[in-house]
Amino acid sequence: MQVPTMAELTAKGEVPDILFWVGCSGSYDQRAQKITRAFASILNKVGVKYAILGKEELCTGDPARRAGNEFIFQMMAYQNVQVLNNYGIKKIVTACPHCFNIFQNEYPELGGHYEVIHHTVFLQQLIDEGKIILKEGGPFKGKRITYHDSCYLGRANHIYEAPRKVLEALDSELVEMKRCRSKGLCCGAGGAQMFKEEEKGTTRVNFERSGEALETGAAIVAAACPFCNTMLTDGVKHAEKEDSVKVMDIAELIAASMS
Amino acid sequence: MVQQIVFILIAATAIWLFTRNAIRIRRNILLGKDEAYNDQPGLRWKNVLLLAFGQKKMFRNPLVALMHFVIYAGFIIINLEVLEIGLDGIFGTHRLFAGPLGALYGWLINAFELLAVGVLTFCIVFLCRRNILKLRRFISHDLDGWPRSDANYILVTEILLMTLFLTMNASDTLLQARGYGHYGEHLTGDFVFSRLLHPLLSGLSTGALISVERTCWWLHIVGILAFLNYLPYSKHLHILLAFPNAYYSRLAPEGKLKNMPAVQNEVLYAMEPDKAPAAGTDTASPPPGAASAAPPTDRFGAKDVFDLSWRNLLDAYSCTECGRCTAACPANLTGKVLSPRKIMMSTRDRLEEVGRNINVNGAFKDDGKNLLSYISVEELRACTTCNACVEECPVSISPLEIIVEMRRALIMEDSNAPQEWNALFGNVENNFAPWKFSPDDRDKWTAEA
Repeated sequence: MQVPTMAELTAKGEVPDILFWVGCSGSYDQRAQKITRAFASILNKVGVKYAILGKEELCTGDPARRAGNEFIFQMMAYQNVQVLNNYGIKKIVTACPHCFNIFQNEYPELGGHYEVIHHTVFLQQLIDEGKIILKEGGPFKGKRITYHDSCYLGRANHIYEAPRKVLEALDSELVEMKRCRSKGLCCGAGGAQMFKEEEKGTTRVNFERSGEALETGAAIVAAACPFCNTMLTDGVKHAEKEDSVKVMDIAELIAASMS
Repeated sequence: MVQQIVFILIAATAIWLFTRNAIRIRRNILLGKDEAYNDQPGLRWKNVLLLAFGQKKMFRNPLVALMHFVIYAGFIIINLEVLEIGLDGIFGTHRLFAGPLGALYGWLINAFELLAVGVLTFCIVFLCRRNILKLRRFISHDLDGWPRSDANYILVTEILLMTLFLTMNASDTLLQARGYGHYGEHLTGDFVFSRLLHPLLSGLSTGALISVERTCWWLHIVGILAFLNYLPYSKHLHILLAFPNAYYSRLAPEGKLKNMPAVQNEVLYAMEPDKAPAAGTDTASPPPGAASAAPPTDRFGAKDVFDLSWRNLLDAYSCTECGRCTAACPANLTGKVLSPRKIMMSTRDRLEEVGRNINVNGAFKDDGKNLLSYISVEELRACTTCNACVEECPVSISPLEIIVEMRRALIMEDSNAPQEWNALFGNVENNFAPWKFSPDDRDKWTAEA
């Protein structure tokens, strides 16, 4: 698909309105790549003037920092801030709440000052502005959907409503899990847990959370984070419900509903 | 006269003992690293009003919040009555405020009695919640031993104090009715709730009634002074420290981790050597005003209480072990050993141990222990940094900050990481992604339809 990079635009002397920060999961994880493509297809369709860093993008350092390895984090932060500042980036959109949190809260004191928007907020804005036009009676009309709050969107940055508003725009039946919003239960991936085996316990965090999602009777579990997506998909599989319940990113739901 | 002297001696001793302990607690808290929490005073005072006085976060569970609020309001407001009791004790008077306040006095005592009955009732409810209902956060092993007894002692003490207050008023008003001695001088009339105790006491002789009234008066005030001195040893210290803890709330978004300028600079100097300070310049001098009783520390992260900030240590003393954090913790909910409440309890236990060490030795003498003697690596590893514990805490404690600081020391001081994390670090450093993919493939997703 046609996705411009900063290097290409700069060579042409063009400046995009917004940088799409893809993130490691969105770049490499096969499941998350679908989310990335869905979001890029929306940007293309709407005609947003955007670009990606492509091969110049590096891990933000989030998992290293939260595991305790500040050196690796600072090395990544230094390089990313250099690249972003060299391109004169002002505005960033990302589909990863962990990257979002780093840009929003942790890069500023390292010299990286950007306006950063999570893709769910961006999608809500595009819908509100009438730039995204959804099909009448789209594929999710009347479908029961539950939304899983990502910790790094919700508690960490108080983004609770935008993802829900986007889901409501689908004419779906939005149902809440017992634990939602500021009480939302983690999927189990944060704090670099994604990259190691869980400690000994009675069950896995993602099994617990997926169980709560399944209890709602929703046909679709909507996520707004590629890591939550992986964890919940595994949890739904563990409960042997993958045939009847799909875990989907909000960008995928919108991409499939656009006229 | 003898009563007055005894009273003054008891009160003075109690206040002296409490002050000594309060000074020690302040000293212990200041063993932590210096860190500024005094920006935006307006917002901070607002937090004191909303979080401490208003107990905003408690209202996440409205019924419990209401009961807790009554106990708290009762406790604070009834202390106005304690002021009178104290002055009566010093001057040998009886119901000193009754005369000057006139009709208002009766109204006030009635209000106090209403609160006393509320406190009494809800303390009983809370005792049942703790000991009969088997709520998960109360039957948790975190509380085995002293912490569980501590909680029950506090509730029982409050019930006793309120009973004494009501019995005192009941016997007093009976004596007033009988016109006995100085009791007959201030005719306050019966009070709304204590009059209900009259049938139990009216059979007593005047002499016996005076003994009851005096005993209640003495036990009530001595009980309060004893309770004051119990606080420094108890989880109940939160009734005082919730206020500074709200003022010194972390105002940054929960998602923000503390920066480590030392590491930031090290990376900067490695990347841009011209920015490094000239050789011989001392960049590692300790910050001014570093606490003298604490050994100097320039560690990465935290291994002991000295490496944490004073803010973390204030947190530890402010924790009332309610366990809302642990009840919301995804690791704990799924059976991992991590319990954010236990992180706070362990931090306080270690800090108290260090404090006793300093009391004995003048300055801290290495005891071969540190925070890791109290908090295991397994606990620290299980955290998903989801902030549920921070969000739940009614008194603005962050167990997460301590966990992250300790993780930093594990990784950067001890190179103690699970194998998978070492692979993660290697991948991020060499391939710029947490997985072992080629950086050249980062935009490969664009090529596939």
